[in-house]
Amino acid sequence: MSVLQERRMTSSNGNLLDVKNLRTYFDTEDGEVKAVDGISFQVQRGETLGIVGESGSGKSVTNLSIIRLIPEPPGRIVSGEVLFDGADILSLRESEVRKIRGCRIAMIFQDPMTSLNPFMKISRQMMEVTQLHLGHTKSQAYEHAIKMLETVGIPDARARADNYPHEFSGGMRQRVMIAMALSCEPELLIADEPTTALDVTIQAQILELIKKLKIATGASVILITHDLGVVAGMTDHLLVMYAGKVFEQAPTTELFAQPGNPYTRGLLRSVPDPLKEQGDLYQIPGLPPDVAHLPPGCPFAPRCDRAEDICKREFPPFVQLTSEHFSLCHFAKEVYEESRAEA
Amino acid sequence: MNDDRPTIPDDRSQPEPGLTPDPAPSYREGDLIHTAPEFALADADVLAAQRGDIIAGTSLWRDAWRRLLKNRLAVFGMIVVAIIIVASLLGPFVIKKLTGMTPDFIPSSSAGLRSIPPFRAPDGSFSWTHPMGTDNQGRDLLARVLQGGQISLMVGIIATLVSLLIGVSYGATAGYLGGRIDNLMMRAVDVLYSLPYIIIVIVLLSVFRSQTARGQVILLFVALGSVSWLTMARIVRGQVLSLKNQEFVLAARATGVSTPRIIFRHIVPNTLGPVIVYATLTIPTVMLTEAFLSFLGFGVTPPLASWGTLATDGIQNIGIFPWQMVFPGVTMALTLFSLNFLGDGLRDALDPQGSRQ
Repeated sequence: MSVLQERRMTSSNGNLLDVKNLRTYFDTEDGEVKAVDGISFQVQRGETLGIVGESGSGKSVTNLSIIRLIPEPPGRIVSGEVLFDGADILSLRESEVRKIRGCRIAMIFQDPMTSLNPFMKISRQMMEVTQLHLGHTKSQAYEHAIKMLETVGIPDARARADNYPHEFSGGMRQRVMIAMALSCEPELLIADEPTTALDVTIQAQILELIKKLKIATGASVILITHDLGVVAGMTDHLLVMYAGKVFEQAPTTELFAQPGNPYTRGLLRSVPDPLKEQGDLYQIPGLPPDVAHLPPGCPFAPRCDRAEDICKREFPPFVQLTSEHFSLCHFAKEVYEESRAEA
Repeated sequence: MNDDRPTIPDDRSQPEPGLTPDPAPSYREGDLIHTAPEFALADADVLAAQRGDIIAGTSLWRDAWRRLLKNRLAVFGMIVVAIIIVASLLGPFVIKKLTGMTPDFIPSSSAGLRSIPPFRAPDGSFSWTHPMGTDNQGRDLLARVLQGGQISLMVGIIATLVSLLIGVSYGATAGYLGGRIDNLMMRAVDVLYSLPYIIIVIVLLSVFRSQTARGQVILLFVALGSVSWLTMARIVRGQVLSLKNQEFVLAARATGVSTPRIIFRHIVPNTLGPVIVYATLTIPTVMLTEAFLSFLGFGVTPPLASWGTLATDGIQNIGIFPWQMVFPGVTMALTLFSLNFLGDGLRDALDPQGSRQ
């Protein structure tokens, strides 16, 4: 493990990941789909960043772009930089990216039922990672796999390591995925909707597990979700995405207390509050836009309750509200003030 | 057909009286992970594990095996194929021990050059020496059929293995890489498909005609294998196309596994079901083609014999010495039937959602 510690010691503090102006487009029969269109954000060491958005807002594509797993074709990364620990992943050779994947940047996927190979024993899938990246021998890798399975709370790990995925429940499989992702002590863990496919009690366990392991290993985490409840207790910063763009970016507490964007406000309003007796739950009217045919103005304008003419004509500016709070809206300042007044 | 469904060990949901969770779970104090609600889940799993339900769980293969055993025709096929394989391998030695006959032993006596009917001695009395009679030159037909079985089965199995090797790697590569490469590779398959393969095989066999009998057999493997991989490649490609978009492939890529490794370690094992079925059904097809080629005189050359050549020899005298044709023919038909039954059974067993519902 000393290599890993050394790696962590020598690398500079500050931004672990710096994504600059990332654009990922897909060529479809409908024309060019701008799935991710000019996104910038940073993740610091030890920090947890949440990315929130509706389905199709570009959350997953963003994160697949970071480790260059976009299927090409039809997808292609048009422009941008992804500086991971100072090196631009997008300009590295494939073989070098492969050394980073699973080792320094690990991913957890949405559906634990399908993200494990049904024809491989759990142990073999886990051993593959450390044999590949840490140069473990078979027996070392096996022991390491069992240790990791114990770490994520699989009871009787030694016996269960030789089971096949279908012999595990959904929550247990997600634990295995986490164990696998953390095998090499990655510096960055990308969790793409890790709890969406699980039921609520298991969700809480898995989130708690990620949180604890994050603290134990000092890894940074990017947590993608469409569930605001998930990010609230987990993240330091939040990124709200809509139609491939960052709509709002702020520290989590600030964003919840004082959103500066009508879309974020809509999202927050549509979370049911168990303390208040409500009638119908609020929902943002309309559907997410077709990213292949975006209107010239603000992509959210057709659904926005305070849209004016300018919103339909001109693309909104990315307004800085405080040192760390940004919002993509013509009326960002006004919305921000309103939120403060309400709060 | 309720009991035909794959069993999922779900005993966790039915707690048995008398089996209560261990009141003091042996988790260490200050264990990094454990929080209260996990104990319930963990205990449930430990409980099942203690009863051996999960550990002994059913693997996909065991399940398929169980379903296969329920299919009578498939079991029949399996037994017949097994008997024929064993008989072909051991038979000639046993016959030599018992009657002193070898497949190419030609009696030099004056009684030679006359085909002896089954269970008859040269003088017409009852005898165990030739249960299937002899051929025109007095060679024991049973020994020859069994030795022919060796060749026929070998041609079938080896040509199928060749087609497996080429077809699976070719199809998996094309399917996984996709796009232009896939297009190119599969159009090549289409072109090869459109050529009449029998003619290709015949041309191959006559151009490279080998001087030795062994060489001719090897040439036969190559020729048959190199035309029979096309369908296999298509089947595998189709499977891979649907598999490569599954999340476990993405997960493997996200852990830094290289492309060849993903194709051959992660994807190909998942295509095994259809591949096994198709391979089982390819063996009889290849054997039939070999018989056909031998019938035309392009196959196995003497002194080696296959069922095809034996039948060819027999057909010339079918009016006078029917046993020369009937025994090799029936043996081959039985084998082909059995292999087909086995293949169908495997298909049903490996695909529980199949047509039997």
